[in-house]
Amino acid sequence: MSAEPTSGRISLTARRKRYGERTVLAVLWLCAAVSVFTTVGIVGVLFFEAFQLFRIPGVSIVEFFTDSAWRPFTDPSSDLFRIGVWPLLNSTLLITAIALLVAVPLGLGSAVYLSEYASPRVRKTVKPALEVLAGVPTVVLGFFALTFMTPLLRSVFGTDVVPIFNAASAGIVVGILIVPTIASISEDAMSAVPRALREGAYGLGASRRHVALRVVFPAALSGIVSAVILGFGRAIGETLIVSLAAGNLPPGDLPALNPFQQVQTMTAYIVQAVGGESPRGSVTFQSIFAVGALLFVVTFAINIVAQRIVRRFREEY
Amino acid sequence: MATTTQERRVTPVHDLRSSRRRAVTEQMTRAVLLIATALSVIVLATLLIDILRDGAGRLSLDFLTSYVSRFPEETGIRAGLTGTLSLMALVALMTFPIGVAGAMYLEEFAPDNRFTRLLEANINNLAGVPSVIYGLLGLSVFVYILGFGRSLLSGALTLTLLVLPVIIVAAREALRSVPREIRDGGLALGATPLQVAARQTLPAAMPGILTGMILSLSRAIGETAPILVAGAIAFRRADNEPWYPLEAYTAVPIHIFDFVKRPQQEFQIEVASAAIIVLLALLLLMNSGAIVLRNRYSRNR
Repeated sequence: MSAEPTSGRISLTARRKRYGERTVLAVLWLCAAVSVFTTVGIVGVLFFEAFQLFRIPGVSIVEFFTDSAWRPFTDPSSDLFRIGVWPLLNSTLLITAIALLVAVPLGLGSAVYLSEYASPRVRKTVKPALEVLAGVPTVVLGFFALTFMTPLLRSVFGTDVVPIFNAASAGIVVGILIVPTIASISEDAMSAVPRALREGAYGLGASRRHVALRVVFPAALSGIVSAVILGFGRAIGETLIVSLAAGNLPPGDLPALNPFQQVQTMTAYIVQAVGGESPRGSVTFQSIFAVGALLFVVTFAINIVAQRIVRRFREEY
Repeated sequence: MATTTQERRVTPVHDLRSSRRRAVTEQMTRAVLLIATALSVIVLATLLIDILRDGAGRLSLDFLTSYVSRFPEETGIRAGLTGTLSLMALVALMTFPIGVAGAMYLEEFAPDNRFTRLLEANINNLAGVPSVIYGLLGLSVFVYILGFGRSLLSGALTLTLLVLPVIIVAAREALRSVPREIRDGGLALGATPLQVAARQTLPAAMPGILTGMILSLSRAIGETAPILVAGAIAFRRADNEPWYPLEAYTAVPIHIFDFVKRPQQEFQIEVASAAIIVLLALLLLMNSGAIVLRNRYSRNR
């Protein structure tokens, strides 16, 4: 953009046409467009492969969205075969709800503390620690859920109440995973609130708590809400923690609300079904993509909503 | 905003009793917020201590140089280590040129039109797509449609698509931080925009780009879901080398996933912890490399 003046407003036409440069620019453009190809690829592949599922005799798209049992590993012609996605969706939402229950108070508490209370020195040590937490591979957090959180829950609530694989343990650790996302985005939003607002409130005699919770927090609300929604999106797509700690049993009775039960999220199903290396064209193989397509649509919608909220409710100072 | 502050009843300062109460609530709020903040740090510390305590005893040179086995005392992660390093090399090789070129286009040459805005929105949206979805893309396109099979190349391509948006964003930031004067100076001397971008802007942004690159790569090698779906196998007893891209492959996170899923306690706890220590050490190494690079660069400027 800064280059515009040279492109010939005054007659400075190049003696030779620079075909080489045009080629290079085209290549650069192509590289930038790879992201568009990726998106087109994702959408195309997911829906194409998902569509193949519903062409298999005995598999109906109506059942997929309405039936309440998920037993895709039997032959489609048998009576046992049921392919309703609700148990998976229910499991995902249960885990996500637990995760948000953990992550919203922790994340927002950290954000308020870091932005309004903490000394620069505390901020300088805590922020990198949160970044490290955000950088821990999720397979490690899955290990942590199964070998630390689950035994902890079992010793607190009793081994007869809490099975080895349960939604609570996975949900809590997914919550811990998204704390840094929520904390850092909402802290940015709070730090962006102008000083004048705070000083005005202090001048009127408000305490620090009032300034933090009643002036800065509402002023940064659009950023905070979008932070929570982004965390929500991350929790829905989380794969390793749930497939290691939450189990692989789609709940039979819906709605499944008990946190101490084995569940199977959409992502955990994808991992489980992929492990069998079933051939392309089989119900198992194509169902992975149908579940993936649904997951994609849900997360995509969530991200769009988050962006809308930021754009619509942002307050300009 | 102003309305909210006006509506608040402000406790008169001369009222001693309520000012004491106010001090108490102040302290309590501070304490609650501090606990919320400390909790994540405590969890992180617990996680690290737990892993070090369980895994340190199992860690040895043999663990790094032997292949996986059914016996916990004999098993190692050699195949995964070579797989992870090979993936890293291939991903770096593919993302660097594409990422830098894409960032350069968007930052230096893109006209301000609808298509450019679409590109930018698209890159932001891709960052929100769950990584397991990239695995599905890889499984369908690379493994089957292009026929690469469940190979190292399929895994590397999948991870490339996953980190490319991150790298483009990081590279754009690095390019943006190059002072305008450098570009203007080049243009004033008669260089074409492309020459300025290639010979002035890009070298000046290079340390920033490399930092972003290392950080994105460290994210890529910690990812499990995409390569798990795109065909990585846990039980492989052979090395991976980047110049044999069509071989079957595995990686350290895949080993960890496999160890944790095994029923024996030794695998689930000790062996898995040892593998996690190796993975975290690798990530730490890369991240400190990035930090050193960033610090040296900012001092020179």
